[in-house]
Amino acid sequence: MTIKIALPKGKLLAETAILLAKAGWEMDGYNEGLRNYRVKSARFPDLMLKVFQEKDIPIQVAIGNYDIGICGLDWLEELTSKYPASAPIKIRDLGYGKGTLYLAASGDSAKMPSLTSLLSKSEIVRVASEYPNIAESFILNLRIKRFNIYPVWGAAEAYPPESATLALVAGNTDEKLFNNGLKSLCKVLNFSACVIANRKSWGQKDLSDILATLEKAKTEKSEIKMPEKVSAVKHFSIVAIDKDTVRIALPDGHQQKHTVELLNRAGIKLDDYPSPTGNRRPISNLEGVFIKVIRPQDMPLQVANCNFDLAITGRDWVTDHLNSFPSSPVQELADLKLGWVRIVAVVSKDVPADNIYDLQGFYAQNTAPIRVASEYVNIADKYARDNHLGMYRVIPTWGATEAFLPEDADLLIENTETGSTIARHNLKIIDTLFESTARLVGAKNKEYSSIKKARIDRIVGLLSKTVSK
Amino acid sequence: MRVQKCKGTRDLSLKEMTQFRLIEGIFRDSCLKWGYQEVRTPTIESLHLFTSTGTLTPGTLSKVYSFLDWDGWCGERVVLRPEGTIPAVRLYIDNLADKKLARLFYIINTFIFEETGKENREKWQCGTELIGAGSTYADVELLTLSIEILKKLGLEDVELKLSHAGLIRALLTGFGLSVEEQGKVFDQILDGNVAVLARLKSQTPELMRLLTPLLDLKGKTPGFLRNLKAVFNQNLPEFTPALDNFLDIVDLLENIGQKYQIDIASGRGFEYYTGIIFQLFVGKTKVGGGGRYDALIPLMGGKDIPASGFALRLDRLMNIVKASPQIEQGPENVLIRFVNDGVKIVKEAYEIADRLRNTGFIVALELDNENKSEFDWLIEMKSTAPRFTIINQLNKNKLTAKTSEEVLKITGERK
Repeated sequence: MTIKIALPKGKLLAETAILLAKAGWEMDGYNEGLRNYRVKSARFPDLMLKVFQEKDIPIQVAIGNYDIGICGLDWLEELTSKYPASAPIKIRDLGYGKGTLYLAASGDSAKMPSLTSLLSKSEIVRVASEYPNIAESFILNLRIKRFNIYPVWGAAEAYPPESATLALVAGNTDEKLFNNGLKSLCKVLNFSACVIANRKSWGQKDLSDILATLEKAKTEKSEIKMPEKVSAVKHFSIVAIDKDTVRIALPDGHQQKHTVELLNRAGIKLDDYPSPTGNRRPISNLEGVFIKVIRPQDMPLQVANCNFDLAITGRDWVTDHLNSFPSSPVQELADLKLGWVRIVAVVSKDVPADNIYDLQGFYAQNTAPIRVASEYVNIADKYARDNHLGMYRVIPTWGATEAFLPEDADLLIENTETGSTIARHNLKIIDTLFESTARLVGAKNKEYSSIKKARIDRIVGLLSKTVSK
Repeated sequence: MRVQKCKGTRDLSLKEMTQFRLIEGIFRDSCLKWGYQEVRTPTIESLHLFTSTGTLTPGTLSKVYSFLDWDGWCGERVVLRPEGTIPAVRLYIDNLADKKLARLFYIINTFIFEETGKENREKWQCGTELIGAGSTYADVELLTLSIEILKKLGLEDVELKLSHAGLIRALLTGFGLSVEEQGKVFDQILDGNVAVLARLKSQTPELMRLLTPLLDLKGKTPGFLRNLKAVFNQNLPEFTPALDNFLDIVDLLENIGQKYQIDIASGRGFEYYTGIIFQLFVGKTKVGGGGRYDALIPLMGGKDIPASGFALRLDRLMNIVKASPQIEQGPENVLIRFVNDGVKIVKEAYEIADRLRNTGFIVALELDNENKSEFDWLIEMKSTAPRFTIINQLNKNKLTAKTSEEVLKITGERK
C-alpha cells in the first residue's frame, strides 16, 4: 500500500529539505525553487510525496489523505483545539521552526489591557488571529464573557489597538515586544516543526522505514542554522483618530507595487510603504487620514465592522465576503483596474468534462461527495450550490490549491492570470465565474461628519480620476 | 442515492412519537395542575448569552453548535441552545420581570456535540423554572413535582441523589484554593472529573482528615450532615450556611416521607447552581435533575432574584416508559371508500367524515395504497342504492344504509 506524505512549503521548507537529505531520502524537486507540488525520493521511490501550505497539512493528515506530515505544532493545535476527535498523532518534535504563540495587545500604556481587566469587562473583547480556533479555546478557558474572533489571513499584529483588543500572534520564544508595538500579555503555546501521523495509518500501516530514517536524522548532531531574529519595529506613531479621521486599509504582499504606483499617480505619497521593516502604519501626505497595511483577504470584513472607511482589495474577496454575509454593508466604490485575474473552475485534465454540465453528469452516479477545494470558501460553496453539484464538500485551502487535484480534491475554484500554472499542473479550466480587479471599497449607509465625508469623497475622486486617465 | 441522517441525530417515528406525546402530556398536565405556565424560547440564541454569565464550563462551551449567521460579519456567533435554563431566564428577564413569582415550564430540544455520534447530539427535555422563591419549600416543591411526574409515568423506583453546590464551593475554599483556582477545579468537577478532588486531597493532608468524609459522603440520613456540622462549626465556619440549608431541605424531605441519597461529589452538568443539586435516577439511567441557581438572574442583568428548576430527559424517558394501553388503543378509525361516482358524492363523503370526527372517530377518505385492514370500520359509498355499506371489521358485521343519518346511527350504536 502506497505511503503518502505531506511536506511543507514556506518557512519550514529549507530545514525540512536538510532533514530529509540527512535522512538519506535523496529528494528530487523539494527545494526553495519548488516548481511542482509532487516531489520524489530516490531512496523511497514508492512514496507519494506532495507539498502543501503548512496550514493545510494537519487537515490532510487528519482526514486520511496522507499518512504522515511535517508541520508546525501550532497548526496541528489549531486543528485539534476545535476537532479533537480527528486529531492526528504527534510523533516527533523536529527541533526546528521554533516559536511561541502569544496573546498580545498594544503596548501603548494608556490602552494596554491586563488579563484581569479583560475578565471583568462587560464590553466585547475582539481578537484577531490567524489561529481562530486556538484563540477561541484560549478565550473560553479564560472565561472572557463576550468576545468576537476575527479570523485573519495574516498581519494580526496590525489590528490592536484600533481594530481589535487583542491579537494572537506567533513570535520568537521569549519575545516580549512585537512588530507594531504589541506587547505580550501571556504565552499561549510553544511550537516547533513536528512529524505527525494519521491515527488510523499509525495503527494499521507499516511506516517503520520512513520513521526510522527520520529518527536517525533527528538524533544526528544538528547543523541546522536557526534563522536570525527579525528585529521588531519598536517605534511607530499611533495617530490620534477622531470622528473626522478617514481610516484606510492598504494591501500587503505582491499587491503593494501596483498600489503604490496608482497612489503616486493620484498624487498620494506614502512614507514606508512597502516597508522593509514590516511597519504596518505608513504615513501619507493626506490630511486627516490613518493608514494601516493588512491582508486584502481580510479587508471586506474589517470594512463591514467599521474598522476602516476605505480599503483596496480585490473583487474576488469582496464577492467571497458578500456570499457569506449577503446583507453586509460593504460596497465597491471604484474599479482600480489593477491586478486583473479571473476566477475559474478547474479540474484534472483526465476528467472527461469540458464544462460544469459535463461535470454534473460525470459525478451524477458518484456515491462519494464531490470535493471542492478553494481559498474562496464562500464563492466555492455558492458555485457548487448554484450548479446543483448535489452532495459536495468544500475544503478550505491556504494557497497552493493546484496541489490538491486529482488525489485530494475533484474541483478547484482558483484565480488565474494566464492559466499557465494551471496547465503546468496538468489541469484544465472548465468555467470562468467572474473577472476580478482591485477595487476601492467602503461601507453603505454610513453617516460621516461633513469633514470626514469631504475627505472620503476627495480620495475616491482622486483615485477614480487617476484610473480613468 | 440514499442520504443518511446526520450522526448523533434520532428519528422519532410512529412509536417514538406516541411515547413522546405521552410523556409530554403527563408532564404538561402535572405542571399546569401545580400552577406552572408554559413558555418556549427560540432554538437560536446569541452565543454570548451563554458565555457572558461565566456559568457554563469551557468544556461545555467547546461543544456547542455555534456559527456565524448570514449577517454575522461582526464575528459574534449564534448558537443552537445547549440547555434550557439560561434561555428561560432570559425570557423571564425580557418579558416577565414584573412577576415577582413565576412558575414556568417548557418542552424543548437542546444541542450539544458528542464525539462518538452514538449518543444523541439533539436532546429533548421537559423543564421547569421556579423564579422568585428562595425558600427550601420551593426546592422541595420542585423535587416533589418531578418525582410525581415520574410516578405518573409508571416509574416507581426513582432514586433521588442530593448534593449541594454551596457545600462544594465551601469545600474548595476549605482546601485553601484561590478564587481563580477554585473556578478551575469547579469547572473540572462539573465536567465530570471527580479525580481532581482526590488529587487535591493528597496535596493538603492537614485538611484531608476533616474534609475527606464530606467528599466521600454517601448516606441516607441527615445524621451525617449533623455530625459534619458539629465538626465544621469549630474549624470551618464557612461551611455552616450551606450545611444548614442542606439540612433544612433534608428535614423537609424526611417529613414528607421522600427517600433520598446524599452524594456530594456528583456535581456534573450543574454549572450555575448555588444551592441544592438533585439528580433523578431510574436504575442506572439518569432521567433528570435540577437545583437552585440564585446567582444566575443578577449575573444575566436581572434583579437579585432567587430561582431554582429541574429538567427531565424526555429522550431517555422514552426508552424506559412503557406505553399506556389507553394511548396505544386510541379511538376507533373509519375508512370511507367510493364504489362509483366519486366526483358526485365527494361532498357528501366529506360531510359524513366531518360528523363522524365530531363524534370521536378518526376518519380517512380512501387514497391509493390504503391498507384497509388497519381500519375498524369501512363505509363504502356509491351514488345508487343501497347508498352505504357499513362494515364493522372488529365483529365482521355488515349493514346497509340509505342516508347519512342512518350511517351515523349505525356507527353511533357501537358506543
